[in-house]
Amino acid sequence: MKKHLLSAGDLSREDAELVLHTAEELRSLADRPIKKLPALRGRTVVNLFFEDSTRTRISFEAAAKRLSADVINFSAKGSSLSKGESLKDTALTLEAMGCDAVVIRHGASGAPHRLANSGWVRASVVNAGDGTHEHPTQALLDAFTMWRHLGPRNGGTLDGQRIAIVGDVLHSRVARSNALLLHTLGAEVTLVAPPTLLPVGVDSWPVETSYDLDGVLPKADAVMMLRVQRERMNGGFFPTAREYSRRYGLDGRRMATLQEHTIVMHPGPMVRGMEITADVADSDRSVIVEQVTNGVAVRMAVLYLLLGGSEPAVGNPDGADA
Amino acid sequence: MPAPATTASPSSGVPDSRADRTVLDADDISRALSRISHEILERNKGADGVVLLGIPSRGVPLAERIATRIAAVEGSSVPHGSLDVTMYRDDLRLKPARTLLPTQIPDGGIDDKVVVLVDDVLFSGRTIRAALDALNDVGRPRAVQLAVLVDRGHRELPIRADFVGKNLPTSLVQRVRVHLTGVDDEDAVIIEGAAS
Repeated sequence: MKKHLLSAGDLSREDAELVLHTAEELRSLADRPIKKLPALRGRTVVNLFFEDSTRTRISFEAAAKRLSADVINFSAKGSSLSKGESLKDTALTLEAMGCDAVVIRHGASGAPHRLANSGWVRASVVNAGDGTHEHPTQALLDAFTMWRHLGPRNGGTLDGQRIAIVGDVLHSRVARSNALLLHTLGAEVTLVAPPTLLPVGVDSWPVETSYDLDGVLPKADAVMMLRVQRERMNGGFFPTAREYSRRYGLDGRRMATLQEHTIVMHPGPMVRGMEITADVADSDRSVIVEQVTNGVAVRMAVLYLLLGGSEPAVGNPDGADA
Repeated sequence: MPAPATTASPSSGVPDSRADRTVLDADDISRALSRISHEILERNKGADGVVLLGIPSRGVPLAERIATRIAAVEGSSVPHGSLDVTMYRDDLRLKPARTLLPTQIPDGGIDDKVVVLVDDVLFSGRTIRAALDALNDVGRPRAVQLAVLVDRGHRELPIRADFVGKNLPTSLVQRVRVHLTGVDDEDAVIIEGAAS
């Protein structure tokens, strides 16, 4: 793997499969009496969260701690950021204290890329979600969950599996990362959304698009529902919430049209009654809770592969200072 | 039957020190594993409470073979599995991150059991040290014993094997390769490189 994980598109098929296989071995750790491995002892991982998050931050924290790394949590609230400090000064502070990896979530698309390539820090940078751009570890955990459920009946790969990603694709970094990664792994992705919630330039993505959920569901092997990100909306993308649910929400009636083996996923946080009904979210097909468990194993795999071995890049060839 | 050896030419009597040398063939390996199996039973007065854990990759098929032999002698199966030590290695930081190998602890765990670690070659002893650390995180065995197919010497830690298939004096520049059917296409132990 490279030194940083900024985009799901940076991963080759070998890289992605290495992460999945490593995560598979690490998942069994949850069944052991001592849920800890010594691989990252003495390494420091900083969780740098400029945007709110429960799942992802806790997941990264658990992953780093189970690998025996030291974890420093840093959130925008209650830090000097609320006093107006810039990303650069924050980064220089972290560098001065010494850290080996920075897990960053930021509201601005491209912030992790800036951090990785500016020469402000020598640490590995892991993108934990930037604006409406990417969220590669979420895509890896989604792919891992699909691979565990669909792989055994498909020769151990996701080749040719049909994945439907439904909902607010426009504001979803999860959708973009998933589309890139699942394409790398050989799956066929269909994005289903109202025309107003598909991003400009979606025709250049390696995916199919559809406006008709009922037509896509019977063929899908996995269905991933996305939350409607109202906090990022300041216009009329659809007439009413009720109309959106009727056309693009997953309810019991639509679930009945799925194939026997099809799984239902959601990256969370979900809004029950909006994009997914409670009976679907709590049904046997739903692997939403398992996605969270898998998230820890996948993030352990990513941290191990980035930090576990010899220094990924001594002297930072990515241009420290000119 | 063997060719007449008494009139060997001068050159054939001395093994070519440059070439790879097969020191154990399939039959030798089979006999060594049978002896180790019996020794394990003798030492532990039967197979009760014995758990075999192979160290990937070659230790795992060896543990399976020993388990099969013990089952044939005792009439009851003995739990066996694998223990990956990658994350416990002391040279983890010296090389790029390595691929993890499967850890499979048999049902029933290892608490209060006699764990027999099984590996192909005992060399510096560092792998076994890592395995002891890894065991520590899995449970608390009553005792830990070590079975190896080949002991090539050159220990760097105070570790010794309880059951040894064959002691092979080697030089540090040589390499010892163990091939096992299932992983490779033959059963053999081969020394590569010249003896110095």
